[in-house]
Amino acid sequence: MTQPAALVEQLKGGLDAPICLTWELTYACNLECVHCLSSSGRRDPRELTTDEAKAVLDELQALQVFYINIGGGEPMIRRDFFELLEYSIGLGIGVKFSTNGAFIDAAKAKRLAEMDYLDIQISLDGTDAPTNDAVRGDGSYATAVRAMEHLRDADFGPFKISVVVTRHNVDQLDEFKALADSFGAQLRVTRLRPSGRGADSWHDLHPTNAQQRQIYDWLVVNGDNVLTGDSFFHLNALWEEPLPGLNMCGAGRVVCLIDPIGDVYACPFVIHDEFKAGSVRDEGGFANVWKHSDLFTELREPQSAGACASCGSYDACQGGCMAAKFFTGLPLDGPDPECVSGHGEAALLAASSLNGGISAPRPMMDHSKPARVAAPERVPVTIGRR
Amino acid sequence: MLDRHLVLNPQVALRPEPFGALAYHYGNRKLIFLKHPDVVRVVQALGGHDTVADTLRACDIDEARWPSFEKALSSLNDSEMLV
Repeated sequence: MTQPAALVEQLKGGLDAPICLTWELTYACNLECVHCLSSSGRRDPRELTTDEAKAVLDELQALQVFYINIGGGEPMIRRDFFELLEYSIGLGIGVKFSTNGAFIDAAKAKRLAEMDYLDIQISLDGTDAPTNDAVRGDGSYATAVRAMEHLRDADFGPFKISVVVTRHNVDQLDEFKALADSFGAQLRVTRLRPSGRGADSWHDLHPTNAQQRQIYDWLVVNGDNVLTGDSFFHLNALWEEPLPGLNMCGAGRVVCLIDPIGDVYACPFVIHDEFKAGSVRDEGGFANVWKHSDLFTELREPQSAGACASCGSYDACQGGCMAAKFFTGLPLDGPDPECVSGHGEAALLAASSLNGGISAPRPMMDHSKPARVAAPERVPVTIGRR
Repeated sequence: MLDRHLVLNPQVALRPEPFGALAYHYGNRKLIFLKHPDVVRVVQALGGHDTVADTLRACDIDEARWPSFEKALSSLNDSEMLV
């Protein structure tokens, strides 16, 4: 048989349609997680209407997108959430949606359990309330567990528990697995990114270098039964045995993000103008952005290894995550800030000693709720013409 | 394998791609890469023939390549892409 080019090389050149399309349905959220990738909180008045969202789904069906990953914000806040869910599934586009569980009561769980081609991912960042709530907010642990109980009681089947691995929950990986098993659920663990509000919390939350090793060792043993969204490929530089998955950055090649107002970004971790390829509202719609945007075309060309070219591990780690570099102020053709050989730490240190400190790009599209401040003393105000 | 009658699982969708095709199983959520256009051709033709061997012959696949097709089809069968 004539050998086609290695699959990964083919995938780097891009696909006719994404495999992993994330669609954040709304910026509105009942929580204010400190690591929120999309800095969600308040709804954006420009968000896609129901008709616009359905038109995007029609397009995705024509492109033969098999399934979409819906998130937010909290997607269940949208009043047309079930309408869009049913419309998508009716078109043959499976849905996996991420939720904090606040809106899954017994009745909703039953309704969800009756739908085919639907996966649910409950976000949880600790196996106890103090660990989880420190990141996701007071009461969020109890909320998530209640939702999981409703799904179990409704016989939803194997939903997913989705964990962002941090410095503070890395020791709980076995407990997360046990928790998932006790619900008949599947565990998903992903990498913390310095994106959105994570830009401000990353330095305090991201796993230490020793913990990176711990994550890798755990995934080597448990990886076949745990989903990771292929997000830990930077750890492959640690040893010969690669983690399960594609081991490449899929941004703009097999992955992309549609944000609540219809803007299309290279991946869910880079909500910034520099990685915006276009909008589903542009002429030609999503398909045109996916197939012809300058940004995606560029991302599908061979990428330079830059400062990593002389490192023997580059083939294994691929230089790590573009978003992690970008939002920590590191050059895209250099080491990942969490490079397991320590090159990232060195680069961060070198960069921060220049110009009196590192100047990382700020995430854009901040929909955080206004900081709560103590109400000021009431002062008499006169309103009049001036 | 060669004398079996296999067809593409009705729960599986094929999407053409430059390297061959993507196969997605809506039931078990598995995504599989069909890494050669000839494999895609054979998989699509399976339903129209009594056996795998008949299909390979009808698709003009050289017999020297049959072992690699058997391997590919077995793996698709294991993932329930074929029934």
